[in-house]
Amino acid sequence: MRENIKTVAVLIAIGFIIVAMAPEFRNHQEDAIQEELTYTGDGILDSKKDSAASVKAFASVYKVLMSPRCMNCHPSGDVPLQGDDSHLHTMLPRRGKDGKGLYAMKCGNCHQPTNTAGLNTPPGNPNWHLPPGDMKMVFQGKTAHELAKQIVDPKLNGHKSMEKLLEHVSDTLVLWGWNPGEERTKPPLPYEEFKKAWTTWIETGAYAPKK
Amino acid sequence: MSIISCKINDKEYKLEADPEMPLLWAIRDVAKLKGTKFGCGVAQCGACVVHLNGEAVRSCVTKVKRAEGQNIVTIEGLSEDNSHPVQRAWQEIDVPQCGYCHSGQIMSAAVLLREKPNPTDEDIDIAMAGNLCRCGTYPRIRKAIHMAAEMQRKNGKSSKKI
Repeated sequence: MRENIKTVAVLIAIGFIIVAMAPEFRNHQEDAIQEELTYTGDGILDSKKDSAASVKAFASVYKVLMSPRCMNCHPSGDVPLQGDDSHLHTMLPRRGKDGKGLYAMKCGNCHQPTNTAGLNTPPGNPNWHLPPGDMKMVFQGKTAHELAKQIVDPKLNGHKSMEKLLEHVSDTLVLWGWNPGEERTKPPLPYEEFKKAWTTWIETGAYAPKK
Repeated sequence: MSIISCKINDKEYKLEADPEMPLLWAIRDVAKLKGTKFGCGVAQCGACVVHLNGEAVRSCVTKVKRAEGQNIVTIEGLSEDNSHPVQRAWQEIDVPQCGYCHSGQIMSAAVLLREKPNPTDEDIDIAMAGNLCRCGTYPRIRKAIHMAAEMQRKNGKSSKKI
């Protein structure tokens, strides 16, 4: 009997604590969604704007963009990255002006229109390249806040409008990430989930997570 | 089997081959041009470099179907008489040791000199980083490329072949 009373008392105490903490918790949540709106141009309906949903969706997007299959071709330097540890590409091929390499070391010299069969062979796509030299679109080292802002800024995203960004998710080079060939790790979300997160992020206002 | 029509060294070929066959095998075993070498088979060493529409592709991973209707130049076709500046410089300096990798080295160097007629050491290192030489002839390769650049300048001509 005494034990039962003790248990009830503890449960009541926990209940009080939860109720007391609730406003604090709500404030914290609200803080997290009071994010800076990164884009206010055409392509987003005011009625669809939802900072909480947008920031939540970008969390999924960010995980994918920072995975090696995406980030390796968005390096901070001028040499692409390789492998799940994102080491510098062997042979140190350079970005070049158009992002397609230099001299005898152009991407398409090794990277074929499709993945080459066999271990340690070059993966492929008809348009294998890095972002161009005058707009490097770096992912490596970027925080979620920085990357979200970069992606929606036409001066930093390859002059893409919101509509173009929505289309970009279906680009064959983006899709390659989920068909990377021989034993390469895929991004952490299935493509359809990524596409949904990407679309949701943009359509709900393309908000950037807090710094 | 398919018939792949392409031009190799200014000559029309109809190569009877599986479209998935590496271009290297089509060049060596079907067209019977043996100057291009097999090294690693995975685009890591550069021994198999040929020019496909002027670009230094690695023929070991390039499928022959990619050559359909295209223009290929192999080491045999870089010049008619070994007079390409890179070939002349290679002979002048006696670059090769065993020589196995050098058709690939020369084909890569030719692209470099076409696109950068006066390359710096850094340009050479960037351009040639994908061509390995187990004999370690790199210093002579670099020297020969500078010499070939000078020959081009003096003769006022560069490689017209692609």
